[in-house]
Amino acid sequence: MELETAQLAAQDEFRLFVDRHVAPFADDFDDRGQVPGELITALGTGGYLGANIAREHGGRAMDAITGGLLCEQVGRGSCSLLSLLVVHGMVAHVLARWGSEVQQKQWLPKLASGETLAAFALSEPEVGSDAGSVKTSAVLDQGWFTLNGTKKWTSFGLRANLYLVFARCGSRVAALLVERETPGLSVSPVSTMSGFKAAQMACLEFKDCRVPESQLIGRVGFGLSHIAGSGLDYGRHCVGWGGLGLAQACLDASLAYAARRVQFGKPLKEHPLIQEMLANMFTNIKAARALCWQEARLRHAANPQMILDGAVAKYFTSRIAVQAASDAVQIHGANGFSRDYPIQRYYRDAKVLEVIEGSSQIHQMMIARNIS
Amino acid sequence: MDQTNIKDKIRAFVRDKTKQPNLADDEDFFQKGFVNSLFAMQLVLFVEKEFQLRVGDDDLVLENFNSTNAISALVERKLAAGGADSQT
Repeated sequence: MELETAQLAAQDEFRLFVDRHVAPFADDFDDRGQVPGELITALGTGGYLGANIAREHGGRAMDAITGGLLCEQVGRGSCSLLSLLVVHGMVAHVLARWGSEVQQKQWLPKLASGETLAAFALSEPEVGSDAGSVKTSAVLDQGWFTLNGTKKWTSFGLRANLYLVFARCGSRVAALLVERETPGLSVSPVSTMSGFKAAQMACLEFKDCRVPESQLIGRVGFGLSHIAGSGLDYGRHCVGWGGLGLAQACLDASLAYAARRVQFGKPLKEHPLIQEMLANMFTNIKAARALCWQEARLRHAANPQMILDGAVAKYFTSRIAVQAASDAVQIHGANGFSRDYPIQRYYRDAKVLEVIEGSSQIHQMMIARNIS
Repeated sequence: MDQTNIKDKIRAFVRDKTKQPNLADDEDFFQKGFVNSLFAMQLVLFVEKEFQLRVGDDDLVLENFNSTNAISALVERKLAAGGADSQT
């Protein structure tokens, strides 16, 4: 597995950005429950919000591996910030994939620059993994959809000014773009989270919220299978690589701590049971990285197998990230729970990775059904 | 690429992904429940990659994707209309 020269340069650029602007401040983001506006501006200026947007629309048009490297580095620094790249990128991906030419011209340049931040509004208070049961309704009448219902756990929903909303239209599901200022839409914070604390999650309430038919993405009836399906596929790609970054952060911190912390007269790294945890972490990360590379190569080639391999990579990587974070806490002992170390954040955020963009159990079902 | 060749490739893909080796060309695999959530997107990617064309939002009609015959007809229409980036 060797990176091309341009990919190596991009990796260095992302690492430097995260080391300077993200990792040292990520616990402060959590404390404040938000990511600073200047950092989001810097993401736009750096082209990171347009990572998967074509150059003709002002994006940086990164290949799948380079985009994965970006998510890996940001995941290493802050999973809350990673979630912005995930949901914003999911909407951009959907627009590029299924949006009309008019919709693409209207929104993609704004998404690329960061003038518009986008969020993916699928989950509801009573609907999580069973996405086909969304209750939010959309009634079409004389060229306008009227939305009623509630969306919850919308990452960066508090910050976004454009939402991709999935709603039931009779027996079928539609995907609609809804602007923040649309009358009938109210946005409130979900501020009780233990993980992804700076992801500014929101609850969106639609009360007779009218949206022009021109905001429909694709066709009614394809909202889940093709629109959400392609968005979630892109999201799994990002979360897989981001989880790899989080696991790497756990290993880096554990190696440093185990080298300087002395117990029973020798550094922790010389204790066999600590070595076992470090060795397992290292091995799991190598395996996860191989899976992420494989799915990114398939994605780069637009191979249909990329969808299953993306699910495999996300499933495995989020699992080993949880294990790595758990072992990192164990190695750090009481310090692992202290605000003085980032380990407590890794531990809280890692578990979220096993839930978002499809739970591990949904991934297991998807994988099993496609191999038997 | 002739009509038979197109249909052969689509049939092979669909039978492999649905795990239905005897699936008839006119059978609606969505109606019969032979497909899962990944299949819809895999099918789009397969059609685009194999036949070098672009499936767009205007093509999102169930009747374009629910059988081997339907997909073949879509591909033939799009290739006849100019292939890449063409929408029917």
